[in-house]
Amino acid sequence: MTTQSYLPVPPGVGMEENFLSLDDILLSQEKLPTRTECVFPRLGFVEKTSDTRDIPEGTKMEMPLWLAKGLYDNKRRLVSVEQPKIYRQGWRTVFSADPNVVDLHKMGPYYYGLGSQLLHFDSPENPEIAQTVLQTYIGRFRRIMDSSQNAYNEDTSALVERLDVLERSLFRTGQAGLNDFQRWEKGQASQITASNLVQNYRKRKFPDLEA
Amino acid sequence: MFCEKAIELIRELQRASDGQLPAFNEDGIRQVLEEMKALYEQNQTDVNEAKSEGRSDLIPTIKFRHCCLLRNQRCIAAYLYDRLLRIRSLRWEYGSVLPTSIRFHMCAEELEWFNQYKKSLATYMRSLGGDEGLDITQDMQPPKSLYIEVRCLKDYGEFEIDDGTTILLKKNSQHFLPRWKCEQLIRQGVLEHVMS
Repeated sequence: MTTQSYLPVPPGVGMEENFLSLDDILLSQEKLPTRTECVFPRLGFVEKTSDTRDIPEGTKMEMPLWLAKGLYDNKRRLVSVEQPKIYRQGWRTVFSADPNVVDLHKMGPYYYGLGSQLLHFDSPENPEIAQTVLQTYIGRFRRIMDSSQNAYNEDTSALVERLDVLERSLFRTGQAGLNDFQRWEKGQASQITASNLVQNYRKRKFPDLEA
Repeated sequence: MFCEKAIELIRELQRASDGQLPAFNEDGIRQVLEEMKALYEQNQTDVNEAKSEGRSDLIPTIKFRHCCLLRNQRCIAAYLYDRLLRIRSLRWEYGSVLPTSIRFHMCAEELEWFNQYKKSLATYMRSLGGDEGLDITQDMQPPKSLYIEVRCLKDYGEFEIDDGTTILLKKNSQHFLPRWKCEQLIRQGVLEHVMS
C-alpha cells in the first residue's frame, strides 16, 4: 500500500467547517446573493459599483460565505441571504427528476458544501434544500462508486468532468483503493518504491530557482 | 473586497495538492498582516467614535471589519499549519537531510521547526526497543525478505554495508543487498527495487 505522510486537515462534515482546512476555506470563499439590511458607513469603496461613501441599506451584493456567516443573525439586522438559483424550487425539481444528468462542477463546484452551509441562514425552505442535497448525493453515488472501481489505467477525465469537489475526492479515494488492490494482486505490494513526493520534486526541478 | 491576498495564499497551497512545498510567500504574509493592521486601526478609531459620540450606526461597519480580521487570521494560520504538515512529511519521505533546493523554500522559522521535529523523532526512536532504539522510518511496509535485489538508477558512489565491504553504486549496476540498508535509498529514487 502506498504510504501517505502528508495528511492535510480534511473538510468538516455537514454544517461544520474545520478552521484549518484549506478545502473549507476555499468553500467559504464562494459567493452568495445578499442584501444589506442597514447602512454600512464608510465602506462604500467595498461595493465597487457605487460611488458613495457608505453602503446604503437595501444594496444587493454578492458576498463571500464567510462574510455572510459573520454578519448574519436570526433577526436579519445586518444582512439577509438569498438562496443561489440552484438551491431554489425550480432547480430542485430538476435534481429530483434525474440527479445523474446534472453537471455539478459547473453548478458548483461546491454543490454539497455550499448547500450544507446554506442551512445556517434560517429559511423556511431549509428542510427541502437539505432533502434535495441528500437525495442528489444518494442518486449519484452508485455511478461514482462503480466508475471509480472499474476505470483502471485509463483516462478518467470524462468521468470526473461533471462531479463536484466532494464527489471528485470520493472518486480519487476509489481509484487509490483500486490501484492498491491491483498492485497487491500482481504481487507488487511488497515492492519498496520511491516516494511520490521525491518523484514529483525531481519532475518539477524547481523552475522558479532556475529563473 | 478585503482578504483577497489571504485567499491567494491558500490557493497557492491548494495547487500543490500532492504535498509539495512551494516557496515561502513572505511578501504575501507581509501584505496580509499590513491589511490586518489597517483594519484594526480603523476599527479602533470607529469604536472610540461610537463610544464618545454615541454613533451606534458605526457598529455594522465595525463588525464587517472584524469579520475580515478573523478571515485573514484564519487564512494565515491555515497557511502556516499546512506548510508544517508538508515539512513534517519531508522527514518521512526524504530522511533527515533535505536537499538544498527544498531548504530554500522554507523560512528560517520553518527550518528551525524541522530541526526540532527531527530531534523529537530521534529522541522518541531511541527510547523504543531497549538499548538500541528502533528506527520506525524503516520498513514502512511489512518486509518479505532480509535481502533484496536492487538496481542503481544513477551514479551514487561508494556504499558501505555492515560487514565492512564497500559497493560501488554505478548507474544500472545490480546488487543483492540487505533490505534495511537500501530502503532509504530506494525511497529517495537512487535505487530501484527489482522484483523477480
